[in-house]
Amino acid sequence: MFKIVRREELNPTVTLLEIEAPLIAKKAQPGQFIILRVDDKGERIPLTVADYDREKGTVTIIFQIVGATTELLNHKNEGEYIQDFVGPLGTPTHTDGLKKVCVIGGGVGCAIALPVAKKLKEQGCDVTSIIGFRSKDLVILENEFKACSSRFFMMTDDGSYGEQGNVCVPLNKMLEAGETFDEVITIGPLIMMKFVCLATKPYNIKTIVSMNPIMVDGTGMCGGCRLTVGGETKFACVDGPDFDGHLVDFDEAMSRSRSYAGFEHKRKEETCNLFKKEVE
Amino acid sequence: MANMRLTKNPMPAQDPNVRNKNFYEVTLGYTEEMALDEAKRCLNCKNKPCVSGCPVNIMIPEFIAQVAQGNFEEAYRIISLSSSLPAVCGRVCPQETQCEGKCIRGIKGEPVAIGRLERFVADWHNEHATEAPVKPAANGHKVAVVGSGPSGLTCAGDLAKLGYDVTVFEALHLAGGVLVYGIPEFRLPKSIVQKEVDGLKALGVKVETNMVIGRVLSIEELKDEYGFEAVFIGSGAGLPRFMNIPGENLKGVFSANEFLTRSNLMKAYLEDSTTPIKQSKNVAIVGGGNVAMDAARTAKRLGAENVYIVYRRGMEELPARKEEVEHAEEEGIIFKTLTNPVEIIPSPVTDPRDPAFGSVVGMKCVKMELGEPDASGRRRPTVIPNSEFEMEVDCVIMSLGTSPNPLIKATTPGLDTKKWGEIITDEDGLTSIEGVYAGGDAVTGAATVILAMGAGKTAAAAIDKYIQGK
Repeated sequence: MFKIVRREELNPTVTLLEIEAPLIAKKAQPGQFIILRVDDKGERIPLTVADYDREKGTVTIIFQIVGATTELLNHKNEGEYIQDFVGPLGTPTHTDGLKKVCVIGGGVGCAIALPVAKKLKEQGCDVTSIIGFRSKDLVILENEFKACSSRFFMMTDDGSYGEQGNVCVPLNKMLEAGETFDEVITIGPLIMMKFVCLATKPYNIKTIVSMNPIMVDGTGMCGGCRLTVGGETKFACVDGPDFDGHLVDFDEAMSRSRSYAGFEHKRKEETCNLFKKEVE
Repeated sequence: MANMRLTKNPMPAQDPNVRNKNFYEVTLGYTEEMALDEAKRCLNCKNKPCVSGCPVNIMIPEFIAQVAQGNFEEAYRIISLSSSLPAVCGRVCPQETQCEGKCIRGIKGEPVAIGRLERFVADWHNEHATEAPVKPAANGHKVAVVGSGPSGLTCAGDLAKLGYDVTVFEALHLAGGVLVYGIPEFRLPKSIVQKEVDGLKALGVKVETNMVIGRVLSIEELKDEYGFEAVFIGSGAGLPRFMNIPGENLKGVFSANEFLTRSNLMKAYLEDSTTPIKQSKNVAIVGGGNVAMDAARTAKRLGAENVYIVYRRGMEELPARKEEVEHAEEEGIIFKTLTNPVEIIPSPVTDPRDPAFGSVVGMKCVKMELGEPDASGRRRPTVIPNSEFEMEVDCVIMSLGTSPNPLIKATTPGLDTKKWGEIITDEDGLTSIEGVYAGGDAVTGAATVILAMGAGKTAAAAIDKYIQGK
């Protein structure tokens, strides 16, 4: 059992939990993920590590409430426990030798992009950050990104905060103006990562994406998380989750990510109704 | 006077058309009368060929003699001298190629039903035993076991009985390895595995779940920082193999590992499960081993109308146990042998937002014929020209075997492995690193429960010798 030592609602749909897991905190690195089960009957879900405190022995996760399991997780309070918490899994994001990087986060993906941006800044890299959200009320981690970036762009789809448009708008402008980067690292919805890759491809700028497919065990056993990268089948849990975005088959990944859409929708409704009943 | 009937007492089983709709155990086990009668078929022959066929050398004639006299608890004691998991082995061992394959009675007629008797004895013990196992006196030495599958549990059990302080590290949230994630409930009830694990805990074995060795702790740290004097690696064969044919990553294509893990470990077959599993109409399982049979029978139980085993060789060559093939046939599984897939066909839908986009609608196959024997001694299948045909399926399950999980190799400097990642050991299970032993599928590639147990047993003896000799 793993204790929740801090809970914070970052916006109406995104919550932060800091979990006591000293062994994982000791080893975790940006880009890696954990798998958790909320309770004894729960499914296993992967969540990327948002932060860790080696001294306190805690690991922070930030998640969006998208399905039944994240709904359940969101109802856990400080001092309560999570049944299973295992990691760190996957390979860490490679940051060695990078001098100038553009980090692009979308929605809750910003929670995973932030530790990468922080690490880059710590190693003296020049970081440009672009973070995008649907609207103002969904914005998270703005100050944290500003703190580790030499240039910062805030984008909202509806223009209610920062500039109006998606993350590709400032990226395209920079690229068109002749700006160049050692690497672009992008984490967010599949469709956003796909378009970031399409934008950087003509300029031959290496673009790393963080994939978050459906997983069961997360240790390389089931192959459920497989995706096509450069024509080869890769397992996100052991070969990734970071991949060269110019080689990823995004259409296939998007199709696979919806394998259980019907089931998920039904379960989320049921779980929500359950909590509604408790309130009544 | 021995019972000279030529046939085994048949195994009582659920009716095929009932059991293919539920997940309860298929076979029901011998009654006391059947066990007594069957035990009397043993000739108690002097040279005991059956024992030489058993990877853990259970004293078979001795335990059967006790069964024949109705001393079931004594029979259990004799088995447990050699085997830590009798209730498991009695159910899943390929007896026809091991103990029963060597039985003298099998020359003219059927061999003694050794497996069924083993299961009877283990179940009788589990039901009637009241005495808690005695925890042996501690010898003060610590050993780590990585993986809680058959090899790890056996190694842990043997060392605990000798007084070692054993900790088993399991990556998943539940102990048992392939016994819980791979083999279905209807073939090996999970309550039996749990009992075996609880039995080890009663001997003092500690089981730490959620511990992915190689990530959270390295083998080196276990030895140097945590004070384990020896480590046994029984991490199993993890990575599922695929065919590398077009369409393999479509929605509705699974590895047998994923399909079975969802159903067995995550209980996706239960109505209130939080883990989803695909409900399909026409399912093709590619492969012919025990895992393929398990996947096929699981798909049938989940409600599929037509379930096909697609295998490139013939019925005679199926690597699965005969009993599993027979059970599958009885349950209505359709065998498409001498058939090999060449492509999995996607739905014609082109709009990525349509739920059907990227889903399986069929599988293109070719017909095969058997030619000359290859290096493995089996007749090599070759494609019959112009034999292409399509099968209408909405789910394809690849059951082509597995390769060892690369995680431990990647994080353990100095650990020698073969080309596909199998850990190299000597005959005692010793790896290229002092004090580090390995066994089971991590060493051999995908094999059987009992071979893994045998390796765990051998390594336990070698670890004891190593530590006592230090």
